[in-house]
Amino acid sequence: MRQGLVRVLGGAAILALLAGAAACNSKSNSTTGSSNKNCGYKIAYFGALTGSSANLGVNIEQGAELAVDQYNDKNGANCITIQKFDSQGSPDVAPGLARSLVTDKKIIGVVGPPFSGESEAADPIFSDAGIPLITPSATRPSLSTHGWKVFHRAVANDDAQGPAAAAYIQNVLKATKVFVADDQSAYGAGLADVVKSKLGSAVVDTDKTAADGKQTDFSATVQKIVASGATAFFYGGYYQNAGLLRKQLTAAGWKGVQVGGDGVNDPGFAKAAGNDAAAGSVVTCPCAPASKASGTFVSDYKTKWNTDAGTYSDVAFDAMNIFLKGIDAGNTTPDKMNTYINSVNYSGVANTYKFTSTGELDSSLIKVWAFKFDASGAVVPDQEAPKS
Amino acid sequence: MNFSGLFHSFGPLTITGLAQGAIIALFALGYTLVYGVLRLINFAHSEVFMVGTFAALYTWGFFGLDQNSPTPSLGAVIGYMLIGLAAAIVVSGITALLVEFVAYRPLRRRNAPPLAFLITAIGASLAISSTVGVFTHQNIKGVPPLIRPATVVHLGNWAITNLQILIIGLALVLMFALDRFINYTRLGRGIRAVAQNPDSAALMGVNKGRVISLVFLIGGLMAGIAAVMYVLKIGDTKFDSGFNLGIEAFTAAVLGGIGNLRGALLGGLLLGVVENYVAGLFGTQWHTVGAFVILIAILMFRPTGLLGESLGRARA
Amino acid sequence: MTEPTASGPREAEPLAEAAPAVPTQPRAGTTAVQSPPVVPAAVVRRATVRGWMARQPWPVRAGLILVFVVLAYLLPYAGDIPVIGPQIVTQGIDWPSALFDMSYYVLLALGLNVVVGFAGLLDLGYVGFFAVGAYTVALLTSPDSVFNTKFVWLAAVPVAIVVALLSGLILGWPTLRLRGDYLAIVTLGFAEIIRITADSTPNFLRGDRGFGGLPHPPGNKSDGTPIFGVRDATPYFWLGLSVIILVILAVRNLDRSRVGRSWLAIREDEEAAEIMGVRTIKFKLWAFAIGAAVGGFGGVMFAGEQGFMNSSTFQLQFSILILSGVVMGGSGNIAGAILGGALISYIPDRLRGISDPLTHTDLFQWRFVFFGIAIMLIMILRPQGIIPSRRRAMELKDRAKEAAPQ
Repeated sequence: MRQGLVRVLGGAAILALLAGAAACNSKSNSTTGSSNKNCGYKIAYFGALTGSSANLGVNIEQGAELAVDQYNDKNGANCITIQKFDSQGSPDVAPGLARSLVTDKKIIGVVGPPFSGESEAADPIFSDAGIPLITPSATRPSLSTHGWKVFHRAVANDDAQGPAAAAYIQNVLKATKVFVADDQSAYGAGLADVVKSKLGSAVVDTDKTAADGKQTDFSATVQKIVASGATAFFYGGYYQNAGLLRKQLTAAGWKGVQVGGDGVNDPGFAKAAGNDAAAGSVVTCPCAPASKASGTFVSDYKTKWNTDAGTYSDVAFDAMNIFLKGIDAGNTTPDKMNTYINSVNYSGVANTYKFTSTGELDSSLIKVWAFKFDASGAVVPDQEAPKS
Repeated sequence: MNFSGLFHSFGPLTITGLAQGAIIALFALGYTLVYGVLRLINFAHSEVFMVGTFAALYTWGFFGLDQNSPTPSLGAVIGYMLIGLAAAIVVSGITALLVEFVAYRPLRRRNAPPLAFLITAIGASLAISSTVGVFTHQNIKGVPPLIRPATVVHLGNWAITNLQILIIGLALVLMFALDRFINYTRLGRGIRAVAQNPDSAALMGVNKGRVISLVFLIGGLMAGIAAVMYVLKIGDTKFDSGFNLGIEAFTAAVLGGIGNLRGALLGGLLLGVVENYVAGLFGTQWHTVGAFVILIAILMFRPTGLLGESLGRARA
Repeated sequence: MTEPTASGPREAEPLAEAAPAVPTQPRAGTTAVQSPPVVPAAVVRRATVRGWMARQPWPVRAGLILVFVVLAYLLPYAGDIPVIGPQIVTQGIDWPSALFDMSYYVLLALGLNVVVGFAGLLDLGYVGFFAVGAYTVALLTSPDSVFNTKFVWLAAVPVAIVVALLSGLILGWPTLRLRGDYLAIVTLGFAEIIRITADSTPNFLRGDRGFGGLPHPPGNKSDGTPIFGVRDATPYFWLGLSVIILVILAVRNLDRSRVGRSWLAIREDEEAAEIMGVRTIKFKLWAFAIGAAVGGFGGVMFAGEQGFMNSSTFQLQFSILILSGVVMGGSGNIAGAILGGALISYIPDRLRGISDPLTHTDLFQWRFVFFGIAIMLIMILRPQGIIPSRRRAMELKDRAKEAAPQ
């Protein structure tokens, strides 16, 4: 009797779940378009919207969406829509998600993926389907070596960022003893390796941590840093781990400067470390400060999202605008769009964009900046990093 | 293998290891007590610890303290500490009891096989940690800097901070108190009786259900205290912070001799120190592997642990 | 400990399932004295689907199974079914990809079922074998690999399965004498050691950087393009389904042989089995080895489909997810493992893309909460699982009767 009841309850629960899911489903409908504009197309955002490093993805998505909104203001509501795909930054979620992206025939371009790991997994699918992508933040150098004709990178890669960070440590901080660590991620380890090779004998010791979000107790690493006598510490990784390290270093009485890459360039670092501890930490980024973005971008972003533009928001804004300009020029198939981007020369709010044959940003347009965390936990520009 | 690095930081690694080990030991008490009495690995214990960390943080948040607040005066610090400890102890204790009541008691009633208990424990652990994860959006939560670390003693490059002394001292005191409780009180005798033979104890008039609840409660209390020490030391917590620590704590309990309270203390301290040495030698990314290798080695060569299993015997 | 009367008269017990209350319920502690005459299982009328199936003549049974299999192969087209089709297929993820995910989850569930369900060995580190299979393929086939052997996928498959099988033996051997709960922790430890090694050996297993350029299964269509491309996951699903069918046949035969009976004896009471002459060591190792080989096969399929893999896939939660699938579906029987494996993959994927109103989190993130609670409820209310193994249900009933009053 009880078994029957359990069966009924179980079946009802599953049915209710599915019914609820069905009710919540919103199938994307075809958009209404004005007759003399190229409307009804979609540009996708593919990347992390949830997860431990979600901020970086969200900043990009919001920048791109701002561009779409401004376009729709001029050309009719819902002329172009942005379709979001949340990969959670994970490379095993990425392929399935990418496949469903390419089956949607209305999607003619992708802004993203923001992380290098998921790019490795998803970009082959985009390439096979011929959907052009512009990534505003995936900096792993090897991404452009796979021969993906649709790949475009709107920022410098780690081969430029690493030396800039090393140069900052040597010339500005004038540190002679540096400790280098990373989180063994594709991005973090790659960046740290470049920094290590540039710093050479100044590196007194190294260590590795678990991936971002997977470790909270860094006491062994902290101990090593303190014992090594280093006055500067470079961490290749993302803001959560970096923040925790900074907090525990301060608690252990270490007074040196912590330096990070663009993965640490987020107020989340100060949230993790506490404003006091974070103050004075340096991060590099192959991007110019968002506050230096031209035009009304900064205030527009603040108006729409009620928060300051984050890392790469301006680059994403520009990337989306490249697509939108392409649509305006009549490139409404993925093929034509890809050809358009390959030869584009676009001046956006953050930078001017021209892509090489492998999809990299033209080297004369590369900018690397150093930023500092101030006492209130905000990131302020420090100086443009010397190109070495 | 970085021998010179290990040698150079030997002192600091040892002290850090002892402090970490003290937290692990307090945490391990919960495992060892429950296993000693019920022969059950309480997987959900790691979540009992984790909710304790959040309880302390939200309580401090209620008083307006967050990680960016300045350090209050000594009197206020003591006050906040006590409040935080109380909150963590209460929440952890209640969670432990809840888990026992909801997950284990129905299974005990129908004499389920041990596999069922383990699987239910996993289910409970999963449910609790994931729920907290969803509600905190899997973000970390920062801890107010109640204790400004200050070096108290200097021996060469061995710097011992006030926080470390507090943690190690507290663990020793609590262990002593618990030891006295188990060995010299009536309730303690009841626990030992149930550990030795549940049905005979019931026949001799011990209320088995109440003893079991008491054991879970004590484990929860210890976890709550460990939780507060942990957040003060690490400075942050997260929905999955219980998991790795839980594995280490269970390893420590087995290392010392499961069911043996002093074994839990010894195992915890030893494990903390050895893990730090492994981190010093091979790099931090390998330190958990150190814990597992130790565990597997003990289980293969001396399954009863260093001090022997013995909750049921007169000497705890 | 179950009563000595194992098979014969017990077959009549399931009558109790049909009637709400059994009139002659033995009191706790006493054995059922009145035993009806031994009745062959096939003839006993049971009010269950399985009973009904067992009563049909074998051509009908074969026909039904064939229909079922054909329907399974047609699943990628489920979205075309009018009305309910769009509700079944997943929104947030490509449907054939979701089906492929289901197929390798089912494969893993089948493998874990051998270890946990048949032999009763709680293995919390099953993802380790999956990882061994996938990494072996990656090491042999990827251009990033330190071996640089660049095999084709098909050539790497048997090697990977053998390596996984060996790893099962290596795991099994030191754990032979361990008690059930210690075994669980040690298997967990092994899986974590594999994961940390994968994370922390930048040149060998390449951690997060992973292996790219993994080749796909061979075969070209008539127009020259490969069957197993990157964009369409349907051929992968069909391949997975075929592998599942093979594994089912193999495992089923094992279960009905001496090996299966030995596993049953070990599961019910290892010491008694040892005394009765069952070579527990040999059969426990068999269980680990077979479970590991199936897990490795799952890893091989995964590597062939992904094209890129890194260490972030092989987390402990994955082992626990598969375990919960096996337990929920009904451990100890194949249909249960299939159902459980399919559910743990399908339900989260189906819920992906939908936000909950409370915390605005994608429902996909709630999956562990859901499964955690589901495991607890199932173990408390229906420990034999959704599709119970008849034997398991009876074992549990016996144990309940022996419970001392609390």
